Amino acid sequence: MASSAGAPKSLPLILARELGANLATPMFLIDAEGMLVFCNEAAELLIGRPFAELGEIPSLEFGEMLQLTDADGTPLRRRDSPAGVAFFERRPSHQMVVFTTHDGARRTVEATAYPLFGAAQDMHGVLTVFWEVGATREKR
Amino acid sequence: MQARVWGSRGSLAAPGPDTMRYGGNTSCVEVRLDSGPTLVLDAGTGMRPLGVAIDHDPVDELHILLTHLHMDHLQGLGFFRPLFRPRVDVHVWGPASPVQSLADRIALYLSPPLFPVRLKDIPARVTFHDAPEEAVTIGSATIRAGKVTHQGPTVGYRIEENGRTLVYLPDHEPTPGGHLADEPSEWISGHDVAHDADVLFHDAQYRDDEYPEHIGWGHSCTEHVMGFADKAAARAVVLFHHDPYHTDDELEALLAEARRRWVGAHEQVCLAHEGMTINLDGDGVRFSP
Repeated sequence: MASSAGAPKSLPLILARELGANLATPMFLIDAEGMLVFCNEAAELLIGRPFAELGEIPSLEFGEMLQLTDADGTPLRRRDSPAGVAFFERRPSHQMVVFTTHDGARRTVEATAYPLFGAAQDMHGVLTVFWEVGATREKR
Repeated sequence: MQARVWGSRGSLAAPGPDTMRYGGNTSCVEVRLDSGPTLVLDAGTGMRPLGVAIDHDPVDELHILLTHLHMDHLQGLGFFRPLFRPRVDVHVWGPASPVQSLADRIALYLSPPLFPVRLKDIPARVTFHDAPEEAVTIGSATIRAGKVTHQGPTVGYRIEENGRTLVYLPDHEPTPGGHLADEPSEWISGHDVAHDADVLFHDAQYRDDEYPEHIGWGHSCTEHVMGFADKAAARAVVLFHHDPYHTDDELEALLAEARRRWVGAHEQVCLAHEGMTINLDGDGVRFSP
């Protein structure tokens, strides 16, 4: 199920991307190797950077870029974020998180992540949807 | 290897005066390998005459490769004479399901009230296998399946033998409602199975103007099949799974549009028809008649 840049993607990932591309709900996809492989346009708007510019990057690097914290401002370790829980613990996870956009704004979102298991119970990746619940403009 | 088309219609058998040239039987393609057992791609109604032909030239072992279990790909199974010969080994391959085994799902059809004979009472020695996503060797061929976008669990098959590759994707909507031109290849359903095919059998059910009313039904329009073939760098395209409402004349208009979209020679794009044979060997690919 490896899906490094340019490698064929599994059908569950292809279908998840197709779904995301047709949604106005922000979502991103991580593959079974832990690479961020897709953000839809709604997510790009919130993050402040197009995916074409980001490219496929390790989700760890993506998390560091977003400077994730919980609602109280405590930094979130990768494995404690909703996507991290879904990836490492193979279970759905929901949490309010705060992240920093490309232009320095802090955005508060409700994020839900769940693992994508194929017909043979093989893990294909993690799909995360999120929903903005508040924003503050703190320009760098 | 040699492929022979016994049924190329999609969705529903469509016999009659308007479908005489391309045929009304649903999906079934026989593949004779250079050595080893005969392969049968799908079990549509074209499987009935294939079974009669095999009965005249009996075999000990057959491999039936099912892309999915919709009736137009399964209905011929109950009328396939080799299944009623006790000394024939029949291997049935099909897409895995997390819910039921392949045998249990096929038994939903091969049992009363839909069919008088129960699967367990079929005389042939039948063995069921999940479609192989890792390559397996059957006779002189290497065969691999890949999941593709359709309705429900569906696969396409890649058959390689002596440096030639035949790919069979009869039911496939590679980008529901979208356009393939801008899609990276690795994100296109079926590309991994179809790339560099010498011959690509592909769903071509709808004209482009019919497609908007059928988005998400799991089938391709002309733009899709030709765009997919281009992305996959296929060397020849066989338009397959003809809409049951399309007459022979309408199919030929669809072929003209497909060839208009193709940058290669027109002879590399054709309509599947019953009786068509394709030879793939060291001398290349030859279509007949």
